[in-house]
Amino acid sequence: MPVPLLTFKVIDKVYQNGTVALQGVNLIVQPGEFISLVGPSGCGKSTVLRLVAGLGTPTGGLMNWHGPNNQRNLAFVFQDPALMPWANVVENVYLPLKLKGQPLRSVRERIQAAINTVDLCGCEKSYPRQLSGGMKMRVSIARALVTTPQILLMDEPFGALDEMTRSRLNSDLLHLWEKKHWTVLFVTHNIYEAVYLSTRVIVMAAHPGRVVANIPIEAAYPRTDSFRTSSQFNYYCREIMAALSEVEGVGVS
Amino acid sequence: MGKQVSQVFDKRNSKTAWNWLAPALVGLVGVISWDIFVRLTNTPPYLLPGPGLVIKTLVEEWGDLFPSLLVTVQITLVAFLTAVVSGLLIAILFAQSKWVERSFFPYAVILQTTPIVAIAPLIIIWLQNNTFMALVVCAWIVAFFPIVSNTTLGLNSADHNLQNLFEIYGASRWQTLIHLRLPSALPYFLGGLRISGGLALIGAVVAEFVAGTGGTRSGIAYQILISSFNLEIPRMFAALAMTTVLGVAIFVGLTVLSDRLLQHWHESAIKREN
Ligand SMILES: Nc1ncnc2c1ncn2[C@@H]1O[C@H](COP(=O)(O)OP(=O)(O)OP(=O)(O)O)[C@@H](O)[C@H]1O
Ligand SMILES: [Mg+2]
Repeated sequence: MPVPLLTFKVIDKVYQNGTVALQGVNLIVQPGEFISLVGPSGCGKSTVLRLVAGLGTPTGGLMNWHGPNNQRNLAFVFQDPALMPWANVVENVYLPLKLKGQPLRSVRERIQAAINTVDLCGCEKSYPRQLSGGMKMRVSIARALVTTPQILLMDEPFGALDEMTRSRLNSDLLHLWEKKHWTVLFVTHNIYEAVYLSTRVIVMAAHPGRVVANIPIEAAYPRTDSFRTSSQFNYYCREIMAALSEVEGVGVS
Repeated sequence: MGKQVSQVFDKRNSKTAWNWLAPALVGLVGVISWDIFVRLTNTPPYLLPGPGLVIKTLVEEWGDLFPSLLVTVQITLVAFLTAVVSGLLIAILFAQSKWVERSFFPYAVILQTTPIVAIAPLIIIWLQNNTFMALVVCAWIVAFFPIVSNTTLGLNSADHNLQNLFEIYGASRWQTLIHLRLPSALPYFLGGLRISGGLALIGAVVAEFVAGTGGTRSGIAYQILISSFNLEIPRMFAALAMTTVLGVAIFVGLTVLSDRLLQHWHESAIKREN
């Protein structure tokens, strides 16, 4: 058993207004994993990511980082773009590097590379209000990619994008992940996306937020488009859907 | 193609022209009705002078009135700039901790709600050697609160997720202030500026009224006061008109500044195209 990067031991999170967002969540994240979290709205997916990022503390249980200060080395793509409206695309993408004290001159190429990855060439000087919702989201993704995170947290990053851009960014993300040995925690509503990307899919349920299934996707990388149409792919999708509908069934009865 | 472009251009030009023309037209109609009213009712000039007489007096008395206006401009400007700097610094101080804000904010409110007319005599007595300073202090008291309260609000309303982002990337307090909280506060600060500019003038005028000082360094309010004592009503109107124009100029100047600074990003300065 390799040394995990991060462990959640029976984590509870109760917000100040009494909402039980998470109850008894166990989670072990191995370095280099690509984990997707799926589940109905309000089941605490964003809460898990926020806890990992150190935004707020669990109200119960133990959260442990293993190895030296991993926590500083993470990047977060929020559910909404969270761009600075007074700054143009380049300045927004530059932000994490600026906060680390790196002069713009020395990182121009990295910024440009990140902007190219999300296909926003030509928009470098645009302000957020001049961009569409999907473009803003892509700026937000570029801002996360420009750092060299050990762990990348993404909260429905592709939800606002069209199917074409989404699948292109999916494969780009996989390439980067394979190349850079990131650990990714990825929230999505899209089961197909989760299966295509992940080494493991975690299914969550609401009221209270908890983990109900843990499904390793045992398919080799690099994953091609033919994987999307394989019977193996369908099998995993069905399994996740079954896990999701099982919880809903319990909720109804 | 070229024709299309020039058409678009003309349209935009005529639009901005209307922005000026429409209020000017309203003003003209107002002045004309005022003139007609005075002529028809035969109102004597010591009750209500007609616009022609006011303009004539303005031209005749310009040598007397304009230096006084400049004194008021000086008082207003010094008070306003002091209010901007002190208001900004105090707001930044307030934004450092909820406790600082809670402890000191009530006193800023007290300073604001105390009627300036009531405390002006006191300030003038305290600073009797320097009337100019006393007037500046009075105008400052009136002008600085909107800047403090608006900027404090702005500093505290930075986007929640952006604050989280800054925290994740390990931003220092100072970096968060410079790169997140101050830019977020800019629209609020500029809103405070616009209110405060007009208030500085009002504060200066009120304080001059209370001080009632003459001599070479007398402001425009003193001229209004003296004219009304001497029943030189047209002269009073002329001085009043100058004060009003000054107030409008301050407001327009600050609005232009605000639009310039916010043109790329803030809703208040953007033409909606949808
Ligand atoms: N700051 C907060 N204060 C109080 N309750 C909160 C807060 N943030 C989230 N919650 C509650 O916690 C629960 C989980 O929220 P969370 O945002 O983690 O859900 P989610 O799974 O990300 O949902 P979605 O898919 O809609 O984004 C919800 O019931 C929500 O109402
Ligand atoms: Mg969420």
